[in-house]
Amino acid sequence: MSTVSETTHDSAVAMSAPPSSDEGLTPAQRAQKYGLSQSGARPGLPEYVRQLWARRHFISAFASAKLTAQYSQAKLGQVWQVATPLLNALVYYLIFGVLIGTSRGVPDFVPFLVTGVFIFTFTQSSVMAGTRAISGNLGLVRALHFPRACLPISFCLMQLQQLLFSMGVLVIILLGFGQVPTWSWLLAFPALVLQFVFNTGLAMVMARLGAKTPDLAQLMPFIMRTWMYASGVMFSIDLILKGKHVPGFVEVLLNANPAAVYIDLMRFALIDSFTAAKLPPHVWAFAGGWALLMGVVGFVYFWKAEERYGRG
Amino acid sequence: MAEQKNGIEPTKAAEARIPTVIADDLHIVYRVYGTGAGKGSATAALNRIVRRKPSTGVREVHAVKGVSFTAYRGESIGLIGSNGSGKSTLLKAVAGLLPAERGKVYTHGQPSLLGVNAALMNDLTGEKNVLLGGLAMGMSREQVRERYDGIVDFSGINEKGDFISLPMRTYSSGMAARLRFSIAAAKDHDVLMIDEALATGDRSFQKRSEARIRELRKEAGTVFLVSHNNKSIRDTCDRVLWLERGELLMDGPTDEVIKAYEKETGK
Repeated sequence: MSTVSETTHDSAVAMSAPPSSDEGLTPAQRAQKYGLSQSGARPGLPEYVRQLWARRHFISAFASAKLTAQYSQAKLGQVWQVATPLLNALVYYLIFGVLIGTSRGVPDFVPFLVTGVFIFTFTQSSVMAGTRAISGNLGLVRALHFPRACLPISFCLMQLQQLLFSMGVLVIILLGFGQVPTWSWLLAFPALVLQFVFNTGLAMVMARLGAKTPDLAQLMPFIMRTWMYASGVMFSIDLILKGKHVPGFVEVLLNANPAAVYIDLMRFALIDSFTAAKLPPHVWAFAGGWALLMGVVGFVYFWKAEERYGRG
Repeated sequence: MAEQKNGIEPTKAAEARIPTVIADDLHIVYRVYGTGAGKGSATAALNRIVRRKPSTGVREVHAVKGVSFTAYRGESIGLIGSNGSGKSTLLKAVAGLLPAERGKVYTHGQPSLLGVNAALMNDLTGEKNVLLGGLAMGMSREQVRERYDGIVDFSGINEKGDFISLPMRTYSSGMAARLRFSIAAAKDHDVLMIDEALATGDRSFQKRSEARIRELRKEAGTVFLVSHNNKSIRDTCDRVLWLERGELLMDGPTDEVIKAYEKETGK
């Protein structure tokens, strides 16, 4: 047996051994001889990307199906896609704008606040959906064969579609508060694309972690809320820090915070009074860098565990 | 116990037997969380964490224990065994959907499990579910569009009015099962695995689906069928694997294994 295995190891591919010799082969050698591949093995990275591209229609169909199904039981139906972000903004306006008064010193506070809420919600819900992308869809993962990265990407795409509804609301609010469309509004598109790539990368990291530790879904709301307060969603970080002594590294951290970067970019694009002077230094470099870093790291990190998703 | 390596008498000449699936000492272990041995209260859970007894929350289910077999092109293999004997788990492992704890499965091409239940959404219309299910199985948009009418006709959903444009939650369980089977059966497969699909729908639909399965068998290299209906196994399979408690009890020609199985279960 051992001699057979040693000799066939080299010659099995080149020579076509007579069929009767199957008896002496181990299952692995027989599999090799007949060109069988191991089931459930992780494909290489280029092959994985190719498979993912082949499933692009599934990704988009799954995203819009989820979005449609979300409110289909409600009487108002898809109206909630617009009403939910609007109500969110209203709650934050009442608490932070009226009660606590963070609006002092911030011109155009309502557009400022609503932009912040919508943009942060995009990242927040992408991360939350990503955390549950595998663990919440085990039935699907265990029933059908497709690159698992479809799921986190699909959920992020769904959040992007949701955000586009919100942006429609935002445009109306902007016009209502006297903002006039300018060329700088076009900057919203590259900013959104970069944020989407960043969100997707982060969601893929969370999807792998959440697949292994489903408890994360319970923990994440607290982490996300902490992140939100540190990102200047409903107040201006500059104004809060003004006149206080802050260590240098904290300032660097606050400026590099990806959520704050994307929020600031969107405010800069849409709100006239939010001038370039209010942007942290190198903001576009940070926006692009975060997208690239998170996108690549998240994708590779997710792919590394591809064959293990679906185990309880 | 039948000999496991070459259980079936070769019906064709030996050189024609090309393996399509090789399972080599396959073990599958499920890990289930939150089975909560003892009280389900928060204090009990905290107590377990403090005392470092993590094992109580996680239970391991050794669903398949060391199964080896080789399936050949053109074979139709039935899987039998009592409930919870690991039949469906074995199929999922062959499809590459469940990772193996130990051992390996080698397959020709990508085996497909006939089932799209999980991809469908009850809140969507039947129409959208046909598209979604087809895409989930790896069909292209054009393929789904091409076969759309065939799928709807086969399911017979529209026989009693325009039901395909209603959300699936409004379907009766029989109608939903018929649509699911129709979507799943619309694709061609290399190695096809069917999990108790024959039991869906009314009498006339069952006949139609059996015919469709025979068709699929012709197109597919190898067909696996899990069923509790010995008659449909006899009708469609030429070889049977009998699983019990995750172990391969018997592997041989249909008549022989079913006879032994019926004797054991007292039918």
